[in-house]
Amino acid sequence: MTEYELVVGIEIHAQLLTKSKLFCACPNRFGDRPNANTCPVCLAHPGVLPVVNRAAIEKLVKAGLALNCKVNEISRFARKNYFYPDLPKGYQISQYEMPVCTDGRLDVTDSDGKQRTIRIRRIHIEEDAGKLLHEGVRSGSLVDLNRAGTPLMEIVTEPDFRSVDEVYDFLTQLRRILRYLKVCDGNMEEGSMRCEPNISIRPRGTEALGVKVELKNINSFKAARRGIEYEVIRQTLMLDRGEKLRQETRGWDENKEESFLMRVKEDAHDYRYFPDPDLPPLKLDSAWIEEIRKTTEELPRPRKERIIKEYGLNEADADVLCSEFAIIDYFETAARKAGDGKLTANWVMGEVLRAVKAGGTIESFPVRPDRLAELVKLIRTGRISSTIAKKVFELMLTSPNSPEAIVEAEGLGIVSDEKAIAEAVALIISENPEQVRQFLEGKDKVMGFLVGQGMKKMKGKADPAILNRLMKEAVEKSRA
Amino acid sequence: MPEAISALSATELRVAYRSGTLSVREVAAACLKQTERLDPRIKAFLHIDPAAVLSRAVKLDERRAELIDSPLYGIPVALKDNISTAGTPTTCGSHILEGYIPIYDAGVVEGLERNGALPFGKTNLDEFAMGSSTENSAYGPTRNPWDTTRVPGGSSGGSAAAVSARMVPIALGSDTGGSIRQPAALTGVIGLKCTYGLISRYGLVAYASSLDQIGPIARSVEDIALTLEAIAFNDPRDSTSLSDPRGGRYLNALDRPVTGLRAGLPAEFFGEGIDPKMRTSVLEAVKTLEKLGIKVEECSLPSLRHSLPAYYILAPAEASSNLARFDGIRYGPSADVPDIIEQYSATRGSGFGAETQRRILLGTFVLSSGYYDAYYLKAMKVRRLIRNELQKAFEKYDFLISPTTPDTAFRFGEKTADPLQMYLSDICTIGANLAGIPALSIPCGLIEGLPAGMQLWGPHFGERTLLGVAKSYLDASGCNGLRPQILKDGQL
Repeated sequence: MTEYELVVGIEIHAQLLTKSKLFCACPNRFGDRPNANTCPVCLAHPGVLPVVNRAAIEKLVKAGLALNCKVNEISRFARKNYFYPDLPKGYQISQYEMPVCTDGRLDVTDSDGKQRTIRIRRIHIEEDAGKLLHEGVRSGSLVDLNRAGTPLMEIVTEPDFRSVDEVYDFLTQLRRILRYLKVCDGNMEEGSMRCEPNISIRPRGTEALGVKVELKNINSFKAARRGIEYEVIRQTLMLDRGEKLRQETRGWDENKEESFLMRVKEDAHDYRYFPDPDLPPLKLDSAWIEEIRKTTEELPRPRKERIIKEYGLNEADADVLCSEFAIIDYFETAARKAGDGKLTANWVMGEVLRAVKAGGTIESFPVRPDRLAELVKLIRTGRISSTIAKKVFELMLTSPNSPEAIVEAEGLGIVSDEKAIAEAVALIISENPEQVRQFLEGKDKVMGFLVGQGMKKMKGKADPAILNRLMKEAVEKSRA
Repeated sequence: MPEAISALSATELRVAYRSGTLSVREVAAACLKQTERLDPRIKAFLHIDPAAVLSRAVKLDERRAELIDSPLYGIPVALKDNISTAGTPTTCGSHILEGYIPIYDAGVVEGLERNGALPFGKTNLDEFAMGSSTENSAYGPTRNPWDTTRVPGGSSGGSAAAVSARMVPIALGSDTGGSIRQPAALTGVIGLKCTYGLISRYGLVAYASSLDQIGPIARSVEDIALTLEAIAFNDPRDSTSLSDPRGGRYLNALDRPVTGLRAGLPAEFFGEGIDPKMRTSVLEAVKTLEKLGIKVEECSLPSLRHSLPAYYILAPAEASSNLARFDGIRYGPSADVPDIIEQYSATRGSGFGAETQRRILLGTFVLSSGYYDAYYLKAMKVRRLIRNELQKAFEKYDFLISPTTPDTAFRFGEKTADPLQMYLSDICTIGANLAGIPALSIPCGLIEGLPAGMQLWGPHFGERTLLGVAKSYLDASGCNGLRPQILKDGQL
């Protein structure tokens, strides 16, 4: 039996996080009443004209630079013509022959750790269509044009993927980059990032590309993985049976976990692309591109390398912190103020992320990085113990006060009063004659237990150094 | 006598307003009266709301002190019905926009109102500005005031006829391949197509976006200049809008001396396809120009021969896409058919007229995969060639001279059977659209009782030169204010 090799190229549509739509001033926002965010321009009233939103171009250029693309100083808008009720003008303004970005690349890692480069053919800008609503209507459909005219970017890779893991890694990295750059929120479930893999197989060792299938309706990373795996099996079985593959567009059925035929190539639209005469060529000043390059946020990979060095973290911790732009930002703000990277990292990865996971986002987390930094400082200077710190942290979740104030108010500060600690020590020794005896017989570990009991008695507030010293002295004394 | 007032030019009306001898209300009433009297025969207007016009006129009278210095204070201006007017129907001469009432004003409408003008009704046109006779209007043709058995030209036939018949001093038209200049020539008035980008297209219902320009039609060159001062401004809502590098003043250009200017006479527009009488008429006018001290010499623009075929690929291509929005979903009539594809074809099949459908089909075809390179791309190359050739000509000449049309106004039905014959009406005018340069049509006499038009072509932003030459020529030739037959008929 022939052994086949997988060949995949992907197209990704990402909604750009701009305030307004691509060609008019309407808000680029979802969740409003249907057709609330519309105007004559995005409703395609007779006589209106598009004006390009510069902020959208800036986002696209940012993404292009992050993906190592060439940013073209001249690009063109083109019209993609087709009829559909959610497309008010009867054409979509997109880019065809001259996109803004070309010739990029991103390195991916396979499951066996091998690195490969995926070439990015182009990134262009285009407008999204509206939505058809079929619910609650006796007959026919309703049209909501809030989304019509919102900015999208389309990223097209070369057919360079040879495994599902590479695709998965690419999507993970891409999503992270777009989120870091605040270009797109990368939410595949909600459709703000959509991915369409082009999948084909060919006998291993051959060069010619096989017959490709474009897979649609992928709305999660998992679906992308399952969909591609399914197609490999489907196509392999067909070839093994001696059947011929057709170039076609298939949909992914999430529930059935199988792909279904949407249309064959012969039924494909002729979109009659031509340059949009309403929009002159888009000229990007090289100084402006440089300005964007300079002001672009630090990307995930270099940032991870930097924080490992700067804060003395290990690779695994850095990975956790860098998984999200918001997390690493939170960490760095806190760590700089606290003056202790390692300790801050432990707190962010531990208490903070645990609390966030229980509900909410790090952006809206009540303990802002500066308050966490104050808490870390209290631990570092010995004002409170780690145990007490956890208690203070709990209180900070519901109190707007500074940790210092909370420690004050709750009387949680460390007790260094030797008399008070000595009293506690004396009590522990009289309550635990057995353990004292064991220690005196050479079981050193018991000392930990005794100190722990002492700390418990002191409600965790005893200065650990003093407690340790006094406990040892008292036990030794009882030997006599 | 209503005509006495409605026949005044904007320039004359301004004098009357300043001296206080006329109120805007009186002028509006006179223009309404003239329209009421003649339009049943001419059919220049598709919509006119006399009560609204009068109440606006009264408001302008109240604002006299504030607006009296504005270029178009109190001047009635008719608008071609493909210019968006909030609250007033804008049909584009098509059934597919029946009942559509825009919710926004075009950039030029705002410009007019800012400058004190009185918007005065919407004029007839070939459907979506596609045609040269107004016979393609879904609401019936407009008649030529010089001979009501003849067409007024098109597509801005309603605007030209309204000005010619003294219903209004000024009307706006739009010009994609000659749609301002050709009807101006056929009705004996002045029409200007400006440099592409000089006038905002925001609110002009697009026919062919890269060629469309709004422009004025009037009976005096001064009035054309005044209109430009009101409507030529950079509009941020139109990405193809440009600022005139020489600033926004046009009236003062009329007094510029024309002596010593150099003009080219392209042989291509004086040979085959041009009526010999038309040629004679324009060459007579050239003699007058020479007497004014303008040096005229023959020249050649060989690539202009390809204007017509290039135009009839590019314009329909853009139109096929521009007109896709008329799908019956958001506005206009909609066929009640359950299937969406059938709904589109039924709505568009009955909503668009034959010529519009022809051009949509033509445009769809030339953009189709497999034909794009052979047609659209090639036509774009021809367009560049034409532009370059004209640019080169303007290194040598300050302006060019040609007839505006090959012939005078033709009879109804004369060219409807053969679209190609109709397309040839624009043979002298299309080049300026393809090159994006300004061109002005002015009357240059009568041929067998019908007006002939001379066209002056200028380089980009050469409007001032054209206006100056036109002013000198009209003053010297006696072709100012030619009065059409209908004004001499009956009661007058």
